[in-house]
Amino acid sequence: MKHVNTGVRGFWSVKFFAFLLSFLTFTWTFASDPGHDAHENHGTTEVENHVDSTAVHGENAHGEEGHGEEAFTAASMAGTILHHISDAHEWHFFTVGGTHVTLPLPVILYSEQYGLDIFMSSQFHHNHGVYKHYKNDHEHILLLDEEGNVLEGASVMDFSVTKNVASMLIAFILMAWIFISMANAYKKRPGQAPKGLQSFMEPLVLFVRDEIARPNLGHNYARFMPYLLTLFFFIWINNMLGLLPGAANVTGNIAVTMVLSLIALVVTNINGNKSYWGHIFWPPGIPTPVKFILIPVEVISIFTKPFALMIRLFANITAGHIIIMSILCLIFLFSDNGNNASAGFGVSFASVPFAIFLYTLELLVAAIQAFIFTMLTALFIGQAMPEDHH
Amino acid sequence: MELLTPGLGLFFWTLVVFVVILLILRKFAWGPIMKAIHDREESIENALKAAETARAEMAQLQSGIESAKREAAAERDRILKEANEIKNSILDQAKKDAQSEGAKILEGARESINKEKAAAMAEVKAQVALLSLSIAEKVLAKKFENQAEQEALVNDYLEKISLN
Repeated sequence: MKHVNTGVRGFWSVKFFAFLLSFLTFTWTFASDPGHDAHENHGTTEVENHVDSTAVHGENAHGEEGHGEEAFTAASMAGTILHHISDAHEWHFFTVGGTHVTLPLPVILYSEQYGLDIFMSSQFHHNHGVYKHYKNDHEHILLLDEEGNVLEGASVMDFSVTKNVASMLIAFILMAWIFISMANAYKKRPGQAPKGLQSFMEPLVLFVRDEIARPNLGHNYARFMPYLLTLFFFIWINNMLGLLPGAANVTGNIAVTMVLSLIALVVTNINGNKSYWGHIFWPPGIPTPVKFILIPVEVISIFTKPFALMIRLFANITAGHIIIMSILCLIFLFSDNGNNASAGFGVSFASVPFAIFLYTLELLVAAIQAFIFTMLTALFIGQAMPEDHH
Repeated sequence: MELLTPGLGLFFWTLVVFVVILLILRKFAWGPIMKAIHDREESIENALKAAETARAEMAQLQSGIESAKREAAAERDRILKEANEIKNSILDQAKKDAQSEGAKILEGARESINKEKAAAMAEVKAQVALLSLSIAEKVLAKKFENQAEQEALVNDYLEKISLN
């Protein structure tokens, strides 16, 4: 048991270092990017543009990637990985030769200067990352003035249906389909043993009820079941969808985990009873001067709990994606852009099995993180409504 | 810091998607599912309880049957015993009756035997008398074949009888 524990802890620390490392390299790459980009735009692609304008459109929007394919270095590897785990305005599946296979998604923008604008992300493709008054700068939309220069200090609200949103909508449809058909199965065969999809999902529903809700919430559990079940399956299904090749990294995005943890914060504190608030603002059984030290600590703890939820889910899922990507990228790094193909080939014998191992581990992590998030949310809600026994 | 900066759009959409799926599933999925599971658990529990009571009833019934059986056996034993007693008493009575009857018959037989014996003796006596008479007749006849002797005897008798 002890041995296993240290193994797991070792793995987490590896993950953490991989995360930290790529993070540092990424910030470094980003810092040096503008010059990079400028050079690229004025150099390679512009020249090509003159030769064959239609062929280049695709290449251009993916300038960064195209460049990465040309010279694969440790620094560009971090860029590639970060690109893969970040949100994007279109859904890029893969690239064959110079053709990017992408799913265009709606871009929805609102700015004081130009009002509401809705168009497909493919418009950026066809126009070198620029459409109307907007410039797609590494998935950041910048406003342009009439001459095509970037408007400094102008902000645009980006409500685009991005890759992550699209993936989340798929999860939405999946969840609605799975659970409504499951509910119908109960209506069709009342009182009978579950069958098919119903029998697969029922133990999970019972798990949430018996292992998460009941132990933490006591007899109040029924009221929170819809929320906890939705939370568990939303995180789990999105985690799993994120592991599909070419899929989005939804639960590894801090905005998503932030929403989930904010909802947890609201649900917890709305249900906080007298005893809960009493423990925060006037902790019982403690000398009065100490109370004034404790009160700020308690108030901060209201926010640290959901904050930890937000970071935990985000970091776990993102780290999983990063480490798998990193190990696979090693193949291309060792092959030195094809100059040393045999080295890349050799490394693949270690990389691929290890990536498969990590992938299966990530399947486990997907379920575990959904469980932990839901479990802790239930725990926090339970703590906020203690039954008075002192 | 790109990775750690939440995007407004994604924040908005996540909130919308999560709240909408929560509301939809609460109405159309979790409600019916939790209710169905709860109902089924309750019905299983009731069925188990019913089985338990049925088992208790069964045990009670079993014990009732057992006691009835025991009673029936006791009744049977009693009846058999009584029958035996009756049989014995009847047999005894019959034996006694037979004995007294036998004794009576024996007595009668003895009496009639005695009577027969007496009759036979009388018969025998009569026969003997007749036989002795005939013998005496035959002897006398033989003795009086000789005339002289007859006369001598008669004279003898006549002499003895003195005619006074």
